Parts: sequence; C-alpha cells; structure tokens
Amino acid sequence: MQAVKSDWKMESQRKTYGKALVELGKTRKDIVVLDADLSSSTQTAMFAEVFPERFFNVGIAEANMMDTAAGLAASGKTVFASTFAVFGTGRCYDQIRQSIAYPKMNVKIVVTHAGITVGGDGASHQIVEDIALMRVLPHMTVIVPADAPETRAVIMKIVENKNPTYVRIGRTDVPTITDPEENFEIGKAQVIRDGTDITLIGTGIMVSRCLLAAEELKKHKIDARVINMSTIKPLDEKTIVKAARETGAIVTAEEHSILEGLGSAVAMTLGENASVPMRRVGVPDIFGESGDCEELMEKYGLTAENIVEATHEVLSRKK
Amino acid sequence: MGGKLVDLLNVEDITELTERAKKIRQHIIKMTNAAGSGHPGGSLSAVEILVCLYFRILKHNPKDPHWAERDRFILSKGHAAPALYAVLAESGYIPIEELMTLRKLGCRLQGHPSMTVTPGVEMSTGSLGHGLAVANGMALAAKLDRKLNRIYVLCGDGEMDVGEIWESAMLASHYKLDNVTMYLDRNMLQLDGPTEKIMSIEPLADKWKAFGWYVQEIDGHNMREIMMATEHAKNTHGKPSVIICHTVKGKGVSFMEGTVHFHGKAPNKDECAKALEEIGACKL
Repeated sequence: MQAVKSDWKMESQRKTYGKALVELGKTRKDIVVLDADLSSSTQTAMFAEVFPERFFNVGIAEANMMDTAAGLAASGKTVFASTFAVFGTGRCYDQIRQSIAYPKMNVKIVVTHAGITVGGDGASHQIVEDIALMRVLPHMTVIVPADAPETRAVIMKIVENKNPTYVRIGRTDVPTITDPEENFEIGKAQVIRDGTDITLIGTGIMVSRCLLAAEELKKHKIDARVINMSTIKPLDEKTIVKAARETGAIVTAEEHSILEGLGSAVAMTLGENASVPMRRVGVPDIFGESGDCEELMEKYGLTAENIVEATHEVLSRKK
Repeated sequence: MGGKLVDLLNVEDITELTERAKKIRQHIIKMTNAAGSGHPGGSLSAVEILVCLYFRILKHNPKDPHWAERDRFILSKGHAAPALYAVLAESGYIPIEELMTLRKLGCRLQGHPSMTVTPGVEMSTGSLGHGLAVANGMALAAKLDRKLNRIYVLCGDGEMDVGEIWESAMLASHYKLDNVTMYLDRNMLQLDGPTEKIMSIEPLADKWKAFGWYVQEIDGHNMREIMMATEHAKNTHGKPSVIICHTVKGKGVSFMEGTVHFHGKAPNKDECAKALEEIGACKL
C-alpha cells in the first residue's frame, strides 16, 4: 500500500503557514511574530520580509521568546511564536505554563517539524510528546491540522479569539485531503468518510493514512468511518461517542507517542461514555532515530497497513 | 551620565514616603502573620523601591487599572507579593481590609501575584526569572505603538541565577529598549543562604555593563537615590537601565534583618507584635 495516492496533491503546511501570516498581517496590524533563529525553516521569514517592524527574532532562546510573547500579548498584541515543536514545548514549558496558559495570554504557539517525519535529524529533534505536554495545560487549545488547506483555515480561525493556542505542523509536504470549502471550527471534528463497521480517528498527517486504510478495508467488505480530529483540545467528545455507538469499534492514529496524545484522549472519552473495543496506532513509548521519513513511519508502525491491522484486531473483539 | 543631580524629593515628600514605607511594612507583617505563610524577608527589602514606584514614579490610575497610557510594573520576584499587595491597597486598587485575605481559599490575593484576579497586577509571576522578558515584550509593544509609557521590573538577586534573565538582558540591549528599567533587589540572600555561597553572581555591575545596559548602584532604602537613579534611567537613550539596589533582607525588623530565616516563613503572633512595635506607629 502506498503512503499517498498518485492523484493526491502534495503541499507544505509550513509554507502555507508563512503565507497565511503575511495575508493576516496586511489587515491585522495587531499581529506580531516571534521566532527563535529558525524563521527560514518555520517560514515566519515570509512575514519578516513583508513586516520587518513586527517581526522579532530572539535568537536561540525559546524561554525568552515565550515570555516576551506574553509581554507583547499583555499589551494588546496578537502574538505568533514559532520554532520547532521540540524546542517550542520542552525548552520553554515553564514559560508557557506560567506566562501564557495561566494568565490566558493571546499567544499562538505555531510549531513545525513535529514528530518523527523530521527524519534525518534523529531523536533529539523528533518530539512525539508535545501534544501530551500541551493538552494538560488549562486554558490551552491544541490543534493539529491535517494538511495545507486546513493549516490555513486554522491560522485564520485562531486569530478570531484571544486564547492561548498550540498549533502543530510537520516538516514534510503532505497530501491535501480536506475540502477548503469546509469550514474549520475549533473543537469540531469532521467526518470525512462515512462508515458503519468501525471508526478510524486520525490527526495531522495520519488522517490521509486513515483514508488509505479505509479504502483497503473496503476490499475486505469493512465499511470504515474516518474522522479528522484536528482539535485535540477541546476534544469533540460528542462526535467520538456518536461514532462509538454507531460503529461499535474505534482505531486512533497519530504521529505522536501512544501515551497521552489523541489515542489516550479518545480512550478516556470512550471509557467514561461509550466503552467499545479500541486500539491506538502511534509511536510506541520509545525515542525515534535518524532515517528517511517513510522508512521511519514503517519502522514505528505509522502506515496505513498498521491501521488496517489494528482494525482487524479491534473487530475481532467487537461484539 | 549627563543628567544633573537634582533633588527630586523635598522634606515633605521624604516625610510622607517614609511614613508610607512604615505602613507598607506593617501590612507585610500583619498579612503574612494572618496567612501563616509567605515571604516577609524579600518583601521588606523592596519596600522603599515599591513606595517610590507607586507614590511617585509610575504614571498610573488606580481607578482605571487598564488605562492604555499607563506605565507598567512587573514584580518578577513574585514571592514579594505581600509588598506589592500592600502598595496596591494603599494606592487604591484594592480595599485595605482585603490584605488580610492573603493566601486564603477563594481570595484575590494569591500567594504569588495573578493578573487575572487582582486589579493592578500587570503580570502573573512566581516562577523566577520570567519578569524581565515579559517587560521586554511590553516595551516592544510600546515602541511599536509609539507610546511613551515606561516599563519597570523588580528582580531579586537570587533570580540572577536563572539563565533566562541573561537571554532577556541580551534582547533588551539588542532591541535598544530604553523604556525598560530594572530594579535589582540586592539583599545578598536567597532561600538557601548567601547568594555568593549558593551561586556567586558577582561582579554583578560588570555583567550588566557587558550586556550593554546602563548600570547604577544605589542604597535601595534611600528614596532620594531611588528617585534620582530612576530619573537618570529615564534620560538614558538607546539602552535599557538596571539599578542595583543594595538592600537588607527583612529591613525594618531587627530579628528579620540579614537572615534567611524569614525568607519564606511568616512571623508568629509574638514575632508579629514585636515587629510592629519596632516598625512603630505610622502617622498617616
């Protein structure tokens, strides 16, 4: 099974983010952007070029960046703070907790290079714990867009509120699978394929793999529903419970540790509201390593085949 | 510095501010005693700095805490919350009676300042080393908006151990944030002992100079010096200012002075009575 379909368009979420910032910057004079010496990678450099007076490079100082962001937000600015996911969470967790989440600052932490698809840089740069870190923070919204159009929709939507928000995107180009006409709403999951036998709930780049798995399952006469759970927090529990009741089995898929990410959040929801057989597809509780993206996705169990296998296992337990 | 040494306070000012400082010290003792916990030592060392700020230096309006043109003050050493709450109450942000609710369940006066619940608190603090970076963010915003308001921040000397302080020291200098003034409460003690024994931070003035800051050293209990140094900072262009304020931890209460014993411990009933007697009656 291929990782992408030949007719899927591949697009960069990072470039989409950079372009969205520039677009917003034209009308929203309150927007300022901070980066920690990675602007040419995160693509905030696009904003820096058009609006140099509203862009602040803080150097390799993520803690400083988050507190500076909080100060700007306290003075009425809508602040985007960007770096790699590994640095934008772990290196500055205290700053995010104390100065952004606790006082509910209007800071949008948009990180790139999340997960193992960072590739060759290896485990030091492949964070698979960031969703866990962010979703336990009170006041924090956590969003993982599935593709480029949804990335744009998310960026346009989050500036309509003043809540602290974490947006996670990856390094690689990803297949475009969402409908740009579809309205993105924070906290609202989208059923992108209907089905009755099982529900595959994916987030980020795993949503397209859920779609591939659903097509494969169809060959086995298994009718899978696919949900794009781009908002991890607040979690759309209603859609999860409905899917559990209607399809009776759940598989989750995320490019994140199976501990405390999407899978855990869904499992907790099911456990308390609609207990059905479920399985989590994600990175096992281990660190990553260097390698080609697709090799890593295979080694760490994040392919469409893994979702298909998980489905068969779950269905064997379904009453 | 070119600024001439003008006396910014007359005799009446000094009398008034000295009495205010007494009042603030009384509040700190009573509040921490009532709470049964808190940090009197580092609150008492910062009293004159806070009194000068809230009663002379800051452009602010307690009736309109969110006034857009106001100066900002950030208590980076958030454990000195009792001192901050006392000046906020005496300035009219919160009722004086409320001071006795410090650290009690459901109160607005949290053990460390929370900007979302207490009027006049500009930033939630408590975890050390954050305040200067936050001040820098406010200063960048002020420059972007072409506002003339100034950003003041009070840091403890123990905070100089925190790496982020030096990251933000670089940033303030790099972006020429001359609207930032930092008071460094140099009381020589941190929780575990003398700063130079726990983690030596000297030569402190040289460090700040090397980071591109305008550095002044004063007696942090002398209000004339505090006012004058602040005026010099205002008149310094192109670089941020730090005023190293040499202070005494626990200042004003003999058995609290120069000891770490009252860094994070409240006075009991007897100690409270003794402390209030030493501070003496306030004529305000």
